[in-house]
Amino acid sequence: MLSAGAGTYAVRAADAAPNPWFDASYVVENWGTILRYLGEHVRLTVAAVVIGALIALPLALLARRVRWLAAPVLGFSSIVYTIPSLAMFALIFPFTGLTATTVLVGLVVYSLVILVRNFLTGLQGVPGDVREAAEGMGYGRFRLFWQIDLPLALPAFIAGLRIATVSTVALTTVGVLVGHGGLGQLIFGGFNSNFYRAEIVTGAVGCVLLALFADVLLAGAERLLTPWARARS
Amino acid sequence: MTGFGDALVYLNDPFNWTRPGGLLDLLVEHLAVSGIAVLAALVLALPLGIALGTSGRGGGAVVVLSNVSRAVPTLALLTLFAVSPIGFGNRATAIALAVFAFPPILTNTYVGFRGVDGDVREAARAMGMTRGQVLRGVELPLALPLVMTGVRTAAVQVVATAGLAALVGGGGLGRVVNLGFGQQDYGLIIAGAIVIAALALLTELVLVALTWAVRPGPRRLPFVTGRRRTVRGEPELTATGVPQ
Repeated sequence: MLSAGAGTYAVRAADAAPNPWFDASYVVENWGTILRYLGEHVRLTVAAVVIGALIALPLALLARRVRWLAAPVLGFSSIVYTIPSLAMFALIFPFTGLTATTVLVGLVVYSLVILVRNFLTGLQGVPGDVREAAEGMGYGRFRLFWQIDLPLALPAFIAGLRIATVSTVALTTVGVLVGHGGLGQLIFGGFNSNFYRAEIVTGAVGCVLLALFADVLLAGAERLLTPWARARS
Repeated sequence: MTGFGDALVYLNDPFNWTRPGGLLDLLVEHLAVSGIAVLAALVLALPLGIALGTSGRGGGAVVVLSNVSRAVPTLALLTLFAVSPIGFGNRATAIALAVFAFPPILTNTYVGFRGVDGDVREAARAMGMTRGQVLRGVELPLALPLVMTGVRTAAVQVVATAGLAALVGGGGLGRVVNLGFGQQDYGLIIAGAIVIAALALLTELVLVALTWAVRPGPRRLPFVTGRRRTVRGEPELTATGVPQ
């Protein structure tokens, strides 16, 4: 009788507790925690995209130079792309454990796969006669890349970077699996703290805003780096 | 290697597959939730995509939707639906996954129908075909490859993402991985990861085959390209999804 009464009381207390979708006081009071997770999120995203780009660029250059390599590189990248992030992180976990490295390695793999595709597209889009003309003018291999390939392929490169960045921001949240999910920790933490909605929504909205901010930033960088495109239009 | 042997042992034990709540049960649950999600998205996105694509209106909105949807983490959406009045479980998972399957199907359907040559449409009309006949007999076959790309993208994404539902109280194969993390059982984690990855790859393969089967015109075997043709990289143009 007594236990039944206590049970009812507990259920009613849980029902009655306010659980708003958003709470400004939560954000204010936990600003330090939010910033810490945001910092981790940004660090993981930037590192993953930068490392991914550093690996993808030589791969794309190689795949353009050695023609028969293009098909296997693209095929392999689409296979890797299909592997679910949960499985990816779970497969990396035994090697690197519950560290941010596990998340980083997984994110690098995904961003690499997106970037290599777009880099190759950009490089293949550089007109052959332009390259030939440059070679005829005595451009060396490095100068050819720096002054011909890079500017002409830049829009495609940045398009790839934008997609990779936005998807990496979203993917980082899955890092909660090993306790390093950036803002995903808020989403998961809120779920585990008796489904505290304000925390979940803060994390989710933070992720979306971060992704959009990064996207706008890269779009701005493209405008700055390709002044000729602006002049033409 | 740590755990990989254990994973093989686990996967090799028929009992782990056939027992109640075993891998087969989870697989069926996983596929059922994914199937319902894709079907729901298809029912909503296909007519809308066709309407927008044939009329040529709303292109900006479709692009914005597909771009924004890329920025929303799947985990966030799964969690949000789980804590909504729907309550966590397979229903919340299916709804969240359907929301995610919607943009790729819509975008690709829109692009597919938008790309149908106006002259072809006009010729069909001039031959006396009704609107419905043009839609079914002319536009649909021409748009089908892209529509199928959308469906494939969405389906693979949904099957892959359904694993995450286990993190927020849902069912499906993600449970195995989640349980493995809970018990610090490397073998279990890897076994679950292998099954989920294999399922996603299999879904992709089946849908690639299906796309090939329904495409109009002369059929070239997929993966077999002419010897002299250089394979071109294709950028991610539409809302081709992200593995989540």
